[in-house]
Amino acid sequence: MSSSSAPQGLLSTRGLSLKFGGVVAADAIDFDLMPGERLAVVGQNGAGKTTFINICTGYLQADGGQVFFDGAEVTGQSPRAITRRGVGRSFQLPQVFTEHTVRECLLLAASSVHRRGGGFWRPLAQAVDADEVDATLELLQLHTRAHDLAGALPEGQRKLLDVAMALVLKPKLMIMDEPTSGVSTDEKHGLMAVLMKALDERQVTSIFVEHDIDIVRRYATRLAAWIAGRIAADGAPDEVLRDPVVIKNVIGE
Amino acid sequence: MDASLIVLALMDGVSYAALLFLVALGLTLIFGVMRILNVAHGSLYAWGGYFAATLGLAITQFALPAWLALPALFAAALVIGGLLGTVLEFALLRRILDKDPILQLLVTFAAFMVLEDLQRLIWGVQPVFVSTVVEQLGTLEVAGVTYTRYQLLVLPLVAIAAFVGLRWFLGRTALGRQVTAVTHHREVATAMGVNTHRVTWLTIALGGALGALGGALASPTTSFTPGIGADMMVLSFAVVATAGLGQIGGAALAALMIGLARSFAVYLMPELEVLMPYLIMVGVLLLRPEGLFSTVAARRI
Amino acid sequence: MASLRLQALVAVLVAAVLGLTLSLPWLKTPVLLALSNGLAVLGVIVLIRAGQVSFGHAMFACLAGYTVAALGRGWHLDALLLIALGTAGAALAGAVIGVFMVRYRGIFFGMLNLAFSMVLFSVLGKFGGVTGGTDGLRFDRPGFGFVVMEREGFETALLVLALALAVLAGWAVQRYFASVNGQALAAIKTNETRLEYLGISAKRVFWGGYVLSATLCGLGGSLFALTQGLVTPDMGYWVRSGEVVFIAILGGAGHALGAFIGAFVFEFVKLYAAALLTGAWQMALGLVLIVMVFVAPTGIFGLMERRLRGQGVRA
Repeated sequence: MSSSSAPQGLLSTRGLSLKFGGVVAADAIDFDLMPGERLAVVGQNGAGKTTFINICTGYLQADGGQVFFDGAEVTGQSPRAITRRGVGRSFQLPQVFTEHTVRECLLLAASSVHRRGGGFWRPLAQAVDADEVDATLELLQLHTRAHDLAGALPEGQRKLLDVAMALVLKPKLMIMDEPTSGVSTDEKHGLMAVLMKALDERQVTSIFVEHDIDIVRRYATRLAAWIAGRIAADGAPDEVLRDPVVIKNVIGE
Repeated sequence: MDASLIVLALMDGVSYAALLFLVALGLTLIFGVMRILNVAHGSLYAWGGYFAATLGLAITQFALPAWLALPALFAAALVIGGLLGTVLEFALLRRILDKDPILQLLVTFAAFMVLEDLQRLIWGVQPVFVSTVVEQLGTLEVAGVTYTRYQLLVLPLVAIAAFVGLRWFLGRTALGRQVTAVTHHREVATAMGVNTHRVTWLTIALGGALGALGGALASPTTSFTPGIGADMMVLSFAVVATAGLGQIGGAALAALMIGLARSFAVYLMPELEVLMPYLIMVGVLLLRPEGLFSTVAARRI
Repeated sequence: MASLRLQALVAVLVAAVLGLTLSLPWLKTPVLLALSNGLAVLGVIVLIRAGQVSFGHAMFACLAGYTVAALGRGWHLDALLLIALGTAGAALAGAVIGVFMVRYRGIFFGMLNLAFSMVLFSVLGKFGGVTGGTDGLRFDRPGFGFVVMEREGFETALLVLALALAVLAGWAVQRYFASVNGQALAAIKTNETRLEYLGISAKRVFWGGYVLSATLCGLGGSLFALTQGLVTPDMGYWVRSGEVVFIAILGGAGHALGAFIGAFVFEFVKLYAAALLTGAWQMALGLVLIVMVFVAPTGIFGLMERRLRGQGVRA
């Protein structure tokens, strides 16, 4: 397939396949995500959700198939290259700089896109647009812990920091792997509301892996259910959640 | 290069490789069970050699039976290796298990420094060379080349015995299997009820004894001076790195490879002699950093 | 900005060094050796920031030293030029070797550096025709700033220069640590994957740090060569590399000042051990370090850091 006939979506895959030993982690997946969508991804552990994300963001190499982002083929490119094209990602296990403070983590993230110049000599805080950083800190309610070490944060706030670091990159697409796991139930909804509002304001398309069906119903415009490396159901959340296959294999009852 | 030189180079290489293997074996065993590179291992080699020489001199001085000379070498190794190994394990190694890897390495480096100075205080700076055993065993002729029985027979035989013995110990004895378990996964071994402290101590004593044995067996053919421990440290490390950290069979092959490369270099291009082990090490690390005979992937991006 | 207390401390130390060496001229050589060593240790501290340890960095000091000696012998260049060329040589070597090196981490990084350094050591020792073999290379005292000086004047001039370079290098390294690149370098230690997912090339950042570390070692090696008038292969021996790391931990690997504190302590224990401990300085320092690892792993500077904090600003 030549690049001139690349799929039109923001993120697309064609025939994406990957096998680990005997396990089929990705089974010839064809997928298209349009700008502005809020896609929730559900599936049991091991169904291939994170594998799919890992391949799309360049962390894993697929055995076959292609990945397209924003009109260009990105198959086989590194996470760094794909990030630079406009993809932000947060992880199931939050990936932060444990020996840096919360604010420093964000400043570092910002340094890859919001440089002010001065290169070699300017201290980090002055070489980067700190307004963006402080705004993101407030948005995710981390400003009270701005000067604490990231490694000392409780799990929930570490998760938020992880999301914040991706958000500060001002990506076109945010991929969040279980963004609210580890956050207390009464805070989950408040957080998702704030997060989704921010993403909408900035016209950021999002994919989020979720286990909480309430959150899915509330915030997703589309739902894809993963079973054994394939997308078993894909469409409006209410419809997908009524699909008997989904109910049996993913949600359980 | 004519046939007799080739035979000579072969015999040189094999006898040298035997010594290298013994020392490398000790180093790789200790790394396997503790995941710490013991920089003081070279000191065990040096002390083994010095002490063996001391025993040899004592035999002559006190007019003890001459046949004791060869067994004395092994006794020296056992005493020094077991003793020093135990001291190192008890005083240092077991207490740094959960520390930053950089600090772990430095503690063993500091131990090396202490042992260097102690060695100098005990045995002085004059070269120590007691070759009684070699003279006792005499020479023999192989393919027209005269060689010492000691280097041609004793050294390789001991190396082979050590290799076979260790394989048997690790594979066939209960204690040996415990050592293997601790080497592969410390926490799991503890959970299974293995006394990891005791196993670790024994392995370190064994590893230390092997290092000291290398030194003791080298003493009849080598002049021991300050700094010889440091030389052997980096050389045995080259063997271990080439084979892959923790690889036993691999260490034998790597020792042979490096021993032969070195001995042939001596006859073909002498300037390369000292260079060969490190050229090989660079080559292996650039192409296959986990070692030639390892099954684990290296920390490389 | 370094805290006021730290700046004051540095000023006091510099003044003390100058004052003491002017009144006790025999101190010049040990102080010069300590400053040269300190610069090399500074180089290693840069790498420790990224959580990596090189057991072969003495090779850059050695390369620089031999460059100085060879050019000094062959072309009789001025000391200042020799320092510049020696340092540049080390920087270039660091840039080239760094290309291979930055793909490695942890013990493999340490091992590969060691291997390279031992290759250099062996070559220098064996190819005597070119390198002077194990005896090394001697060279005559060059002019300093195009002024020919006697030994005393030369040593004083070299010392003042070394002191200035040490302060400058320390300041530069601290600035680097606080900068975007330096902070990214520190992030390599804790989460390299995250860096990549922020669009930052960990390898490029690490390469920059590696070149800086090689340059600092080269600067130290050049000064060392000029102090001794002699370079030997031992300058690149693995034990030397180990000592540099040793000093980094002793002095405190968290701050540039730690490099020089450690180097001075090291040099003066060596000096006094000759007189008091029958030369067993290795034993003395070895025991000190073992104790420090358990009691004060952040080194001597680490112990001082609290009191240097001042206005809650990081020293």
